[in-house]
Amino acid sequence: MNIALIIIAASLVLAIYLGVRARRGKDMDLEQWTVGGRGFGTIFVFLLMAGEIYTTFTFLGGSGWAYGEGGPAFYILGYGTLAYVTSYWLMPVVWRYAKENKVVSQADFFVSKFGSANLGVLVSLVAVVAMVPYLALQLTGLGIIVSTASYGTISSTVAVVIGLVAVTGYVMISGIHGSAWTAAVKDVMVLAVAIFLGIFLPLSLHGGFGPMFEQIEQAKGSEFLTLRGDYDVTWFITTVLLSALGFYMWPHTFGAALTSSSEDVFRRNAVILPLYQLILLFIFFVGFAAVLSVPNLANGDLALLRISVEAFPPWLVGIVGAAGLLTALVPGSLLLMVSATLLVKNVYGAFAPRMTEERTVFYAKLVVPVVGLAALYFTLTGGQSIVILLLLGYSLVTQLFPALLLSVIPATNGIVNKFGAAAGIVAGVAIVTGLTATGQTLGTLFAWLPEGLHTVNVGIVGLVVNVIVMLAVSAATRASTAPAEAA
Amino acid sequence: MKPLYLLGVLPFLGFFVGIIFANRVEPYVLGMPFILFWVVLWVVLTAVVMGAIYALDPTNKGDER
Repeated sequence: MNIALIIIAASLVLAIYLGVRARRGKDMDLEQWTVGGRGFGTIFVFLLMAGEIYTTFTFLGGSGWAYGEGGPAFYILGYGTLAYVTSYWLMPVVWRYAKENKVVSQADFFVSKFGSANLGVLVSLVAVVAMVPYLALQLTGLGIIVSTASYGTISSTVAVVIGLVAVTGYVMISGIHGSAWTAAVKDVMVLAVAIFLGIFLPLSLHGGFGPMFEQIEQAKGSEFLTLRGDYDVTWFITTVLLSALGFYMWPHTFGAALTSSSEDVFRRNAVILPLYQLILLFIFFVGFAAVLSVPNLANGDLALLRISVEAFPPWLVGIVGAAGLLTALVPGSLLLMVSATLLVKNVYGAFAPRMTEERTVFYAKLVVPVVGLAALYFTLTGGQSIVILLLLGYSLVTQLFPALLLSVIPATNGIVNKFGAAAGIVAGVAIVTGLTATGQTLGTLFAWLPEGLHTVNVGIVGLVVNVIVMLAVSAATRASTAPAEAA
Repeated sequence: MKPLYLLGVLPFLGFFVGIIFANRVEPYVLGMPFILFWVVLWVVLTAVVMGAIYALDPTNKGDER
């Protein structure tokens, strides 16, 4: 075992210790285990909401895409920013409704708004399916960290399995209290590592940011730094839009938003969180610094760690790896916990309404390894890059947005009923799944469409079909079931 | 719908319409290719716009804090 691996293993032990400590002296009922007893102040809500910025997705995926694709990686800076803008208006309304109606989760929100328990089951299933690729990308990241830091002595498959065991064990021991505590440690560590790497590498390898980009331009052509091909301007706009709309549709983000102590938090966050994202800039710089220094990597997601191995002594690689470990562990544990709770409480629970809280927690803990294994299967068989995995998740989870939006706007409330909402979501998910599974896009299916539409994100295609079906089915069923149906 | 809220459209215009014209490498600004500079600029401007909305929005006066 080398020093890098020892540091990474030590940080894992420390994270578990923090989790166990946070748990001690508290009874672990369902609220405690999943939403931290709703006792999180502004800071923790902020950290949980900002959490996605500091996941493996940005740390390894963001730098990996800057390395492998160049310009298209910049979309990552756009969607969070616009999601926060939207949240200024959307989330206070959602939060207020949730508070008045004692709603504690996204699925319950749909159940309450549309008066349909079955819709809650559907929403939960879609959310869990969307979270599997999200979870898979955290495992992919963990695998990359462990195998790179082992300097090749641990294969990436074994490393992914180690990662899964770490995340599963972590979540079963600590629940969300561990996540919140470790989230604070993680953010500080990632901030430090990203800024250090993002400044040091371009300066030491290229003598500055401008020279770095100019050298990349010379070696790979200026096209590389712009949007082009499959990832052109149309792709950028539709992908930023899709991801911005879906941002709060993740059950864990939605749930974290509900733990807020007041609606003012969302409006204040809308001002601060865009700036918090600028850390991504440094992550991009790391990816670009790797373009010429460690060329021809089979997998761009390796870029950040490979260049660290090239440039630094093992102990520093260990610290970088430890930061990376936390970016995968914290969101990974949150995703696992939320999806297990959803499956037990909102899917199984819909058919077994008298389930006690202890039973729910017990079953949820049993489901955690099952969801983990599903993600493991996805990780080992899929082999997609981290960014592609997240985009798949977003294409699915954003299908929940139209029904939610129309139900919270006073002027449109009641236009969509439970049948329309369900049909729209099913149609959107079917389109996304079908297009993704067959590798089709608007351009390959409808070559006669104007060039500018060929690269529309498949999630947006699903969203358009979703809205049409939702409105049509709502209108058709309203005639036969009105007027009692109105929410 | 308050007229002030129309400011919230600006970030969307900056990213969605602006990017059509900003998809280029030259000129470099602050050491960054123009497209990257444009995206970073709009992240900062979004914070400014939302800060202005927050400060001027009567909803945020008095009730909390």
